[in-house]
Amino acid sequence: MPAKKKAPSAAPRSNAIAPQAAESRIHPASMLSVTQLSLSDVQQILKLAGEIEREPPARRDQRLFKRRVALLFYESSTRTRTSFEIAAKAMGADTTLVSDKSSSIEKGESLKDTGLTLRALGAECIILRSPYSGAPWVLAQSTGLPILNAGDGMHEHPSQALLDLRTILQRLKKSGPITPSTLKGVTLTICGDIYHSRVARSNALLLPRFGARVILCGPPPLLPETAAQITPNDATGSIEIERDFNRALEQSNLVMMLRIQAERLSGLALDLEEYKARYQANAERIAQYAPKAVIMHPGPMIRGLEITSELADGHQSAIEQQVQNGVAVRMALVYRALGRVLSASKAGRY
Amino acid sequence: MKPILIRNGHFIDPSAAIDAPRDLLLNEGKVAAVDKPGRIKYAGAEVIDAKGLVFAPGLVDIHVHLRDPGQGYKETIATGTAAAAAGGFTSVCAMPNTVPVNDSPEITRWMLSPERNAAIRVFPIGAATRGSMGEALTEYGSLHAAGVVAVTDDGKPILGDRIMREALIAAARAGLPVIQHAEDTRLTGGSSMNAGPVAFRLGLRGMPVEAESSLVERDIRLLAEVRDARAHLHIAHLSTKAALDAVRKARRNGLRVTCEVAPHHFVLNEEAVGDYDTHAKMNPPLRAEVDREAMIEGILDGSVDAIATDHAPHAAHEKEQEFERAPNGITGLESALGLAIAVLHARHGMPLNRVVSLLSTQPASVLGLKGRGTLAVGSPADVVLFDPAKKWVFRAAASRSRSRNTPFDGWTLQGRVHTTISEGRVVFQAGN
Repeated sequence: MPAKKKAPSAAPRSNAIAPQAAESRIHPASMLSVTQLSLSDVQQILKLAGEIEREPPARRDQRLFKRRVALLFYESSTRTRTSFEIAAKAMGADTTLVSDKSSSIEKGESLKDTGLTLRALGAECIILRSPYSGAPWVLAQSTGLPILNAGDGMHEHPSQALLDLRTILQRLKKSGPITPSTLKGVTLTICGDIYHSRVARSNALLLPRFGARVILCGPPPLLPETAAQITPNDATGSIEIERDFNRALEQSNLVMMLRIQAERLSGLALDLEEYKARYQANAERIAQYAPKAVIMHPGPMIRGLEITSELADGHQSAIEQQVQNGVAVRMALVYRALGRVLSASKAGRY
Repeated sequence: MKPILIRNGHFIDPSAAIDAPRDLLLNEGKVAAVDKPGRIKYAGAEVIDAKGLVFAPGLVDIHVHLRDPGQGYKETIATGTAAAAAGGFTSVCAMPNTVPVNDSPEITRWMLSPERNAAIRVFPIGAATRGSMGEALTEYGSLHAAGVVAVTDDGKPILGDRIMREALIAAARAGLPVIQHAEDTRLTGGSSMNAGPVAFRLGLRGMPVEAESSLVERDIRLLAEVRDARAHLHIAHLSTKAALDAVRKARRNGLRVTCEVAPHHFVLNEEAVGDYDTHAKMNPPLRAEVDREAMIEGILDGSVDAIATDHAPHAAHEKEQEFERAPNGITGLESALGLAIAVLHARHGMPLNRVVSLLSTQPASVLGLKGRGTLAVGSPADVVLFDPAKKWVFRAAASRSRSRNTPFDGWTLQGRVHTTISEGRVVFQAGN
């Protein structure tokens, strides 16, 4: 069964006059949002990541031999871009990077036209990062190609949530198929600039479906009350808000720190010293309130602000493991987009 | 121009409280006679058999964007008024945010020139301030003389207290209403939909309800301050319960405040944004369900003075963009009557004569369009004939507008326009 949550109707009592949704042009192997993945999709992606990771390089190389993958990046990126590129190349694919700084995007070419151009040049899959929430839908509808969302504005970063999930399962030593109760009893605190964070949204929309309790923590300007109202319909866990970081830490097995996104603050003034006093993850605080918690960070880190070096590099940190899992998960996603013919029942689900 | 005799139909004229079988004779562009069925004899008249149809004063839309002058790739006065005629409208009031802004009698007269090939009557609305920059008032007297029926800086709300106060006083002196697009833009920077959980989930910055209600409250306060001027404030496309409550309260205090609601604000809520559908992007945005219900309630209880479409055509390439980059607005002229009948009449039981009043008589009265919204003998022969029971599928591709940006493509609407007559000329006739 598709896990996509039932869309609330646009006007509850007007249903009779609205038509059935038109057939979408969105390729079914696209990944635009974690909400479009069923639980079995997630299971398959994780399983595939493991299989490809264990494969000898010479065999892995044949999976997508000479297939064409375009990376379209409208925002700077180190981890995501490099790991998608390494993932595609490790399976034999040819990759091309198009960035806003060195392309006709600078001359004002639209996303749609850029996508159609890449398709005409033979791209079979496009990995998109955009500063605009929802941009992957524009590209998916206009090209019909499988699109992988590598981060769209403040919206989502689905591959990050999947690699975080893989990291969490490894750290908690949970093996075997993932179910709605796999993360029962597990509490993850995500702390920092939740409002501007696509990583926070993707994790909050994904992890409660496996039973996790997600605590969001941060000051009101960076964490509006509405954040707790996005709990997925099929959640077996929950999303909660706790503004006292220490209290959140006391309840947490996992702690994910986020950077303050200066580029998206748009005039919001923050007292950084006060912020550090309340929300910084440092060795003393963690030793007192969450001595056994796993420390995560999607990067880039601002050492000395939201997290100290001592903690980022310490034994509780899973930060490097997150990066390593990025390649495995992204190999699975690129392979899923290009490698298999999807069954008819899966097609058209979006 | 051949005389037209409409027979066998059901006549609704809210201006005269008529809702009964009647015949209607139009001659020389005016209403010549209204009488009981069979009473009017007129040799040589073209007869329209209105059996099964309702005929009523042509619809009046006091809020449209015709994009002319300056943006003919979106719409022109010719195409926009053709779309209006197809939607049953015989009068439209054109907002001044054209290129250049309509802030002068010259541009007003240019819009009214026969060379524009308008299918129906266009009533220009003038800019309230020069270039709609919110700094210096335009000349309301000469704008009025040139044909302007109201002033507004629509889309660029008048934020300064002093300039808004001056505008209210000057407009009252010139006999014009001031129309406000109520949005405190200091609260909506970078926002592209309604604030709330849906916006949060989609990662879009949201426009809070207070951005609308606080400016309506401010305007009402200014109106009370200049009470002696007897100014008339009209709130454009009102979309929130809080703002509607402010209007109700001001009226109880004897202030002259009117308001309009757009069909999309009583038919859709913010969930229609779905997966970033830019056809659900407009300003004010689609609101929460509680606000949509409040719009229905305000329409049913008479708090809302008019339905106005905010017809805002945009080219496909402009809407096929990232949600935050796409321009605000949807077309509305050809779907308004069908939506109003389907939702207000069929679903909520509002009598048809009240639907007609909200789309014709009341908006004409709000902007003081003399002779419009009525079919009293001697008034302009503006008539819409429609089948109120007919269900039909609205197709954007069949639109007369130059643009196709509507969220209602494929919707089953109720109430189809059969014929539209503007000043005695048939300007639209439905195909089969």
